Amino acid sequence: MNEITRRKLITTGLAAAAGAAGVGLAAKLAQRNGLIAPDAGVRYGTGEALTYAAQRVLGSHANAREFSRSQISKNPFANEVDPLGDEFKRLQDGGFADWRLKVDGMAARPTTFSLAEIRSFSSSSQITMIGCEEGWTYIAEWTGVPLSYIVDRVGALPQVRYVVYRSFQHGWWESIDMADALHPQTLVATGMNGSDLPVPFGGPLRLRVPRQLGYKNIKYLNQLTLTDNPKPFGKGGTGGSSSDAGYAWYAGI
Amino acid sequence: MSATLPMPNRDAERRSDPRTAIQTPEILPSRHSFLVRLTHWLTALAFLALLVTGGEIILSHPRFYWGETGNVNMRPWLNLHLPSSRDTVPTGYGYVLPDQNGWSRYLHFEAAWVLVATGLLYVIWGLFHGHFRRNVFPTRSDLSARKLGRAVLSRLRFERPGAEEAWSYNVLQRVAYLAVIFVLFPLMIWTGLAMSFAFDAAFPATVTLLGGHQTARSLHFLVTILLVLFLMVHVFMIVFAGFLTRMRAMITGRVVAPKE
Repeated sequence: MNEITRRKLITTGLAAAAGAAGVGLAAKLAQRNGLIAPDAGVRYGTGEALTYAAQRVLGSHANAREFSRSQISKNPFANEVDPLGDEFKRLQDGGFADWRLKVDGMAARPTTFSLAEIRSFSSSSQITMIGCEEGWTYIAEWTGVPLSYIVDRVGALPQVRYVVYRSFQHGWWESIDMADALHPQTLVATGMNGSDLPVPFGGPLRLRVPRQLGYKNIKYLNQLTLTDNPKPFGKGGTGGSSSDAGYAWYAGI
Repeated sequence: MSATLPMPNRDAERRSDPRTAIQTPEILPSRHSFLVRLTHWLTALAFLALLVTGGEIILSHPRFYWGETGNVNMRPWLNLHLPSSRDTVPTGYGYVLPDQNGWSRYLHFEAAWVLVATGLLYVIWGLFHGHFRRNVFPTRSDLSARKLGRAVLSRLRFERPGAEEAWSYNVLQRVAYLAVIFVLFPLMIWTGLAMSFAFDAAFPATVTLLGGHQTARSLHFLVTILLVLFLMVHVFMIVFAGFLTRMRAMITGRVVAPKE
């Protein structure tokens, strides 16, 4: 049997106290630095919250892997979306000339952009992989305007911490932190594999966040809202429709 | 000083020697140290959670591919022919299972954190306390062809482990535990991390060394099968060697010596 000595008892006690104090301090520091994911409090949410904080502490500037042109998937899978409705059909028939991207929230110059305006901004292209939380993947070339350009153009206020973005499809919305929003590969995508973004893949506009899973790359983008807190948006208070539906807010894993 | 004083000490020494302790089963040294027992059960709990949630996640796409990409428009190397929780996967079954991926993914990653933290605690403690050297690494004599052959034969003849094996792992156990601790679990963690897009951005070699995102997913599944096979043999051997004594040893640390 192990003998419980006084020394052992004192060391264990001190270690436990130091551990508890360390956890408390870490939580406080994380709170101050915006490392607590909006869904950290949900059931089993501690793991994803740790993942998010750990990935942000370890570095948030790395680029998603880029691939060669020969690796572009010949058979990308668009996944299914709910029926888009008559209004979308009308916009589609008009070549999306009337499509608008509204940018509001904590901005000095809230602006509504037409598709033509977005296409006139200097674009960038990337050959990256998109993956669904279900496990499947494909590689494509995406072309679009870096989200950081649009955030700058509307004059984001200094207190902005998140970008909330919405789909034309009612109730489909997500949010990302500024590490992802200002990341050079995060695009308001207008094109895929050298042509206009096809409707099944989210055309005319899709937010492309290549370091996160497919469900954060929402299709039919029509609104961006700059905010310091995504929780008040939506009913669930978790910063997105996917997280309100029980999926993790941070989808970097 | 009285001459009778050292007596209890000698008694204690005698009792703490497992060979002589057989006569005094009520006071025995711990078979498994507290840390081994704690980390064993934390690992068991985390593994169970990972297995169940991993299975749920697979049901949303029960197909496996090699390389970087794979989706329903591509040919899998393995189709599990299971019903799916997504109607986008053609399974041949006339129904779609309920979607359990939300909580499954949350719990999968929470359990993964528990597993990694537990594993690190166990491995670091084990290296510092000589646990691996003493209890897990096979001894030189263990690895002689004659002893190895005898150990294999003994298992093949389904001979029940003798009294000495209540106190020490045999060579086959040692090799199996080493493989699980230092090969299979690290591979699980590696292939799991390789499926994270953000992690791959920071450390691209994590996935490129494996040969791609879908290869990582396939290997994650294959290593799971190896771990489940290990678990089945492990549990079988516990039952075979004496369920109550082995369970008691891993829960309380105590061994009651078998009656001769």
